[in-house]
Amino acid sequence: MTVFAVIFYLFACTAVASALLVTLARNPVHSVLWLILCFFSAAGLFVLMGAEFLAMLLAIVYVGAVAVLFLFVVMMLDVDFAELKDGMAKHMPIGLLIAVILTVELMLIVGVWAFADAAPAMRQAVAPTPEDVENTVALGQLIYTDYIYMFQVAGLILLTAMIGAIVLTLRHRTDIKRQNVMEQMSRDPAKAVILTDVKPGQGI
Amino acid sequence: MDFFDTNFGIFLIILAQCLLVTVMVLVSLAFLMYADRKIWAAVQIRKGPNVVGAFGLLQSFADFLKYIVKEIVVPAGADKAVFFIAPMISFVLAVIAWAVIPFNDGWVVANLNVGILYIFAISSLEVYGVIMGGWASNSKYPFLGSLRSAAQMISYEVSIGFIIVGILISTGSLNLTAIVMAQSGDWGLLNWYWLPHLPMVVLFFISALAETNRPPFDLPEAEAELVAGYQVEYSSTPFLLFMIGELMAVVLMCALLTLLFFGGWLSPIPGAADLPILGDGVHWMVIKMAFWFFMFAMVKALVPRFRYDQLMRIGWKVFLPLSLAWVVLVSFFAHFELFGGAYARWAIGG
Repeated sequence: MTVFAVIFYLFACTAVASALLVTLARNPVHSVLWLILCFFSAAGLFVLMGAEFLAMLLAIVYVGAVAVLFLFVVMMLDVDFAELKDGMAKHMPIGLLIAVILTVELMLIVGVWAFADAAPAMRQAVAPTPEDVENTVALGQLIYTDYIYMFQVAGLILLTAMIGAIVLTLRHRTDIKRQNVMEQMSRDPAKAVILTDVKPGQGI
Repeated sequence: MDFFDTNFGIFLIILAQCLLVTVMVLVSLAFLMYADRKIWAAVQIRKGPNVVGAFGLLQSFADFLKYIVKEIVVPAGADKAVFFIAPMISFVLAVIAWAVIPFNDGWVVANLNVGILYIFAISSLEVYGVIMGGWASNSKYPFLGSLRSAAQMISYEVSIGFIIVGILISTGSLNLTAIVMAQSGDWGLLNWYWLPHLPMVVLFFISALAETNRPPFDLPEAEAELVAGYQVEYSSTPFLLFMIGELMAVVLMCALLTLLFFGGWLSPIPGAADLPILGDGVHWMVIKMAFWFFMFAMVKALVPRFRYDQLMRIGWKVFLPLSLAWVVLVSFFAHFELFGGAYARWAIGG
């Protein structure tokens, strides 16, 4: 139990500290790198709780894909920090308001989940997983068998969003050079190479 | 006996296992590097390294010493912390992936039941070493090289993921040992997954070449265009870490090919599973990995480099649809247990 506690606090402190550094770092690339460390510590916490499948998903999806995208965008952007910091005082009230609302909402949800009269029964209903089933199997059962229609709908919504994003950004520009791969692959020596007999001193 | 049941004793045992695997992999890496160069030289009718030690066998160790003794040069405009963390990330990730690789039945440091996902997660993190190295160098060529490299690694990860999904559907488990055991049977090498998943072996091999930035997909370090990609500004030990990390990822891909498609430590001879030398054992794993490393080396020697747009086109427009279609096909075969249950090993108790 003590080893467990030590490792838990190690990951928890790393997560909180790196989350703080995300907002405090002056360089945006450093911010993203701290964010990655934060995700990674969260994955460690998941492993400690016995949710190894979720931990790996967090590492693959958030750290391996989403954060790479962030990093790409942030590296390419030419951000002027002095200008960003200027708006700080102006936007502070709105930012604080949003932060307060979010905190209140989270507290309401957690509070109701913990103290409401109906909560214990509902908590019982959500966690019927038997001890001998791995959490990968349990998740698979829930997503692909019990709630398959919900899963399909979520997939369709994501697909729509993806198509929307592609349609919005796709431009067929005619003023740039493009590789025509089919044309390149259908070339053969008969069409591309000419064998000529060059006389000395004359050229072609 | 009692000592090894205490927390400290267990810690010591795990530490010893980790050290054993790391040292074995690193030492074998020295000779694999030598083999790589010898094969390349033989294809080009050269002698290759032949001066240090008998037949040049100690060449890698001489190179190692050279890298360590040289001076570390840091570019003036570099982001120092990130500049040094990048090669360490590359190296550490390459090493820790070996924790879940089983070399024989039970010969594994951590027998995770999500082993294959762990490997996938680690290899998706390897992008960061490259991006951070390129960005921290604060110079044009490394940055362009790292962007190329990262885009390439992410693209091919997607198809590798789908290929792995096919294997998982057949096995019904994410555990690497279970994946190997599902390939055992009376028919020896005909029981392995390479036969039912034959098209995916080809796809996985090519994706592995691209994922590890090996020739013919070594565009990040295309000398003619980018000098040496994200490694331009690196010298001495940091460069050595990058290089070891890269080569270790190649060997890891050989191990994955062996485990996923070629039955890991299982004997290829039908009915020989319990015989002393011909039977199952770690030597088969080593032989199979060496074979795949030979293939990697031969591809490097034989195939000319691809153009970048060709690489991206193959990844997204050929490999991704093919592997996705294969997942659907395998699910169909597995669900209806077609072909004598060859795609549904969990159902026939294989």
